[in-house]
Amino acid sequence: MNLDTITEVRRPASLDDVGPWRPNYAWLAGGTWLFSEPQITTDTLIDLDALGWPSLSATTEGLEIAATCRVADLHAFKGPAHWQAVPLFRDCIDAFLMSFKIWNAATIGGNIVMSLPAGAMISLTAALDGVCTLWPRDGAPRQVPVVEFVTGNHSNVLQPGELLRSIHLPSAALGKRYAMRQSSLTRLGRSAALIVGTVDGDGRNFLLTVTAATPRPIQLRFDKTPTTAELRQAIDERLPSEGYFQDVHGSAAYKQHITYYLAEQIRAELA
Amino acid sequence: MSRYEVNGHLYAAEPRPGQCLRTFLRDLEIFGVKKGCDAGDCGACTVWIEGKPFHSCLVPAFRAAGRRVTTIEGLSGDDGLHPVQKAFHDAQAFQCGFCAAGMIMTTASLSSDQKRDLPHALKGNLCRCTGYRSIADALNGKSNIEADVAGKACGASLPNPFTDDILTGKARYTMDVAMDGMLHLKVLRSPHAHARIVAIDRTTALAVPGVVTVYTWQDVPRRLYSTALHEDHLVDPDDTYMLDNVVRFVGQRVAAVVAESEGAAEAGCRALRVEYEMLPAVFDPVAAMEPGAPILHNKDILTDDGNVFCDLHGEIGDVAKGFGEADAIHEMTYSTSRVQHVHLETHGSIAWQGEDRRWHVRTSSQGPFAAQKKLCYLMGLKTRDLHVFTERVGGGFGGKQEMISEDLVLFAAMKLGRPVKWEWTREDEFVGGTTRHQMTTHVKIGARKDGTLTAMDVRVVSNTGAYGNHGSETLAAAMGSPIAAYRCENKKGAGYAVYTNMVPGGGFRGYGASQTTFAIECAIDELARILAIDPIEMRRRNIVRPGDNIESIWREPSDASFGSYGIAECLDIVERELARGNGVRKPEGEDWAEGTGVALAMLECGPPTEHRSGAEMRLLADSTYHLAVGSSEMGNGITTAHKQMAASVLGVRAGDIAIINADTDRTPYDTGTFASTGTVVAGKAVHLAAQAMREDIVAFASRHTGIDPEHCRLGGDAVVCGTRRVPLGELHAAGARIDHRFAVSRKAYLSPRTIAFNVQGVRLAVHRVTGEIRVLHSTHAADIGRPINPMQCRGQLDGAVAMGYGWALTENMVHDDGRMVNPQLRNYRIPAYADMPHTDIFFADTVDAIGPLGAKSQGECGINPVAPAVANALANATGIRFAHLPFTPDRIFAKLAEKP
Repeated sequence: MNLDTITEVRRPASLDDVGPWRPNYAWLAGGTWLFSEPQITTDTLIDLDALGWPSLSATTEGLEIAATCRVADLHAFKGPAHWQAVPLFRDCIDAFLMSFKIWNAATIGGNIVMSLPAGAMISLTAALDGVCTLWPRDGAPRQVPVVEFVTGNHSNVLQPGELLRSIHLPSAALGKRYAMRQSSLTRLGRSAALIVGTVDGDGRNFLLTVTAATPRPIQLRFDKTPTTAELRQAIDERLPSEGYFQDVHGSAAYKQHITYYLAEQIRAELA
Repeated sequence: MSRYEVNGHLYAAEPRPGQCLRTFLRDLEIFGVKKGCDAGDCGACTVWIEGKPFHSCLVPAFRAAGRRVTTIEGLSGDDGLHPVQKAFHDAQAFQCGFCAAGMIMTTASLSSDQKRDLPHALKGNLCRCTGYRSIADALNGKSNIEADVAGKACGASLPNPFTDDILTGKARYTMDVAMDGMLHLKVLRSPHAHARIVAIDRTTALAVPGVVTVYTWQDVPRRLYSTALHEDHLVDPDDTYMLDNVVRFVGQRVAAVVAESEGAAEAGCRALRVEYEMLPAVFDPVAAMEPGAPILHNKDILTDDGNVFCDLHGEIGDVAKGFGEADAIHEMTYSTSRVQHVHLETHGSIAWQGEDRRWHVRTSSQGPFAAQKKLCYLMGLKTRDLHVFTERVGGGFGGKQEMISEDLVLFAAMKLGRPVKWEWTREDEFVGGTTRHQMTTHVKIGARKDGTLTAMDVRVVSNTGAYGNHGSETLAAAMGSPIAAYRCENKKGAGYAVYTNMVPGGGFRGYGASQTTFAIECAIDELARILAIDPIEMRRRNIVRPGDNIESIWREPSDASFGSYGIAECLDIVERELARGNGVRKPEGEDWAEGTGVALAMLECGPPTEHRSGAEMRLLADSTYHLAVGSSEMGNGITTAHKQMAASVLGVRAGDIAIINADTDRTPYDTGTFASTGTVVAGKAVHLAAQAMREDIVAFASRHTGIDPEHCRLGGDAVVCGTRRVPLGELHAAGARIDHRFAVSRKAYLSPRTIAFNVQGVRLAVHRVTGEIRVLHSTHAADIGRPINPMQCRGQLDGAVAMGYGWALTENMVHDDGRMVNPQLRNYRIPAYADMPHTDIFFADTVDAIGPLGAKSQGECGINPVAPAVANALANATGIRFAHLPFTPDRIFAKLAEKP
């Protein structure tokens, strides 16, 4: 929709050109959320596309995903064969409520910065031990794991004007086996729960990442694949009934129920 | 200036900084780019940038600078339709057509892999009319149309006459016009459920650049009216002001701001400072009936104040005695949810003064004539000075049987002397439009061992919201046909339509009958289960039949009458189809439970209150005909049907008849296209006019040739008089010489009303752990008389059934203290392609003796048996009665979890 409160779009070639941050500035990446709701407290958009960050850089260390990487580009990514977890990219992208047309505009960074419970790129990057590189307006870049970046429904650790520059997925996580389950109240609808389990080839480092059912990603780590009882106990310890997220896409009680159910399926698949 | 290349044309233009590509293209008068949601959910605005599809409402316009943009207008080459457009043409993969441009731009971009997975590929394209069946047909290369052959128009699956314009983006919907000097109107909506407006400070708003004026309740005519449209305006309560000093629901208009741009009007609304005195609010109709509840409307001194807007009571026979004779009794409370029409084209109107000095209102309405009458009343205008019309309307479903956008633009245009436009947003629809009435229905029914019903007792409480509008009529419908459908000597009912501080209920396909049908069809199933009688057999034994009194809870004689009777055949069809099966098995795994359910619905074809239509026909010099009908076309296919009806009488091709509709200047009066009247009332007027046209031509030909009219026969483009063939052109020329104009006019009024039936069968699987429902087999039989256009009739039923599934499974308006929590399409889920099961649709072989050319109503009633059929299948699968809509997995889970 038109954002009629916007009086200026700045397209800096360098972040140095931005100058002091004002509260009515907003970074513009894909724009697919910004342009989907009125933004009445914003009067200036600062276009990140003009900075020309390369979308994806794969190295032996892992994969660096620019915040401005389009969902479509990540969907098309093909990694080296030993990165067994790369198909999870597509699984999570398919879990979006958004259509493939929006993949052409929406960015990975935008989805993470939105910090909605059902943000499937949060699920993906948290599950793969992603680490965000943040660029504060003043001071040195800082690194924050994705799982800590999101602090609640639609909230995160970003300071005013601070940018999410990129997300690093370490090679070790990309090499893990994974299992993923998603549940929605409607066919291919918004996630009520999106849960990912990863494990090393030798059955060690079992990591369960619960998203959508909870306001922020919740991770449970085990040295080795847990038993049914161990998993259930760990979920209960970490996630009491009030820890689930209630909204029109599912009641909290349902999300708790479905979390048990899907987590166990994942455990069984990876065991 | 930046350069934009759109459809091969270069434009030098500069978008506003926050402008999206959708409106930028429309500012260039590229109107094929539609708005359904403006938020990336519906896909109606899909365009290509460098060949890739985008939702243009989410694309900052500046990002398209210097790039190739393709819209629907640029898809077809000089050699005619693009193959996808051709496929949509042949399958008639649209009804109102508002989604078609986006649907085509999306499907034309799909890879072959994507085409194999349409549920994913079409996630971002919503259609409210078709249920996606015809869209799937288009993508599968199926043709659904037949040839237009002279004399054989009636009963042929002819394409919509506006197909090519719709599919190429040329068809003009309500907002698809540009006008010099246009002003834009926006309203500030109430954030409170109940409050008195103490003061409105407009100073800051008037200081916003571009704001022209602000109107509050003190500026507009203080005349009470109802926004509901009916022939008899007295059936709806006069309880509404254009702008009021009391707000009674969250979303009610508080003030209107008129400005040079939409952005300025919105900024003006935000700048208004309103001081409210909060009043206590009540949202539950049962609580609203309690003594001491906050009162919404102060009535006059002769009647008691109270929130019960309408109450209906009746009893036939002796219900107490009937229950005494019952071997089994079922009693339960059922409830249905508040849902929204979600016609893809939002409400909107444009008003201006013409060079003729008259006022003109271009609108998206199901009843332009009724709107004209109301506008004249409000503004003190003479009817002759006001022209109200539609061009192409993007869906209605009852939501546009309501005058809720026309009044303010006309008022502002009259005050300001400039064209004024008000285009609603999707959020406006959810918070400021109307909804289906939420109803709670308590049913008690009893039967003897053999299944014979002995007593029915039905109590309905309808939450009509803050304003009454359709509250009493929908309540009457709720207390009518669903109860009358069953023969039972003892019936009793009580119904209450109650004011609350909720968004008002309104007319919605099914119109009150849907809600009671849900309750009664579930109850009949429960009773059958207790008695161990097959549910279809239970219905067969008790369904009303010719010779019975067609009555619910009143003894008065009714004008409803069986012009034909096809329910027995419908039940047979659904029973046969479910028994035969469709080969779709339930998913693997022990957690999936499978169940089958049926439900039926009866429709009295047309409203019990007044309804009338007129039609005019003319023979033109080129031997074709002109037909003018007042009824609205909003995707229901009524213009196609009217052409076919006229063509069949005159023995010509439907293509030989040009039609205009829904225009108070150019067509005769029509109450409106609602209450299942398009075929049985307006169609009757067309039928009569065409017969009169034929008689006029034959009589003239007889005089012209001196041959007895008994030996003159109209056939195609000539009259055969004895052995002589007189071309119509010759007759027309002869007529012109003596001022014989070959023009006729006829009127139709609706009485008696014939009766139609629908039966839905569902086999589904439900997952006992996740609560997920998968419809495995969906079958529907309709007793709609002779289908004037079978393809269109099937399309209407596809759409009605799809809407039924939406009501049953996915849609729910969630409110918190009267404030809607989910007023966006991504949070309020109308069925998407992925949600929709294929439904096999069958017609009973009936030809109606009352409806014109044997036809009955077809677009409305198909929705009614769907939700109860799903509920009955769920009960059959799980042994648990789910009595409250919707059946979302979390609600299924909650109920399954409480099972001992």
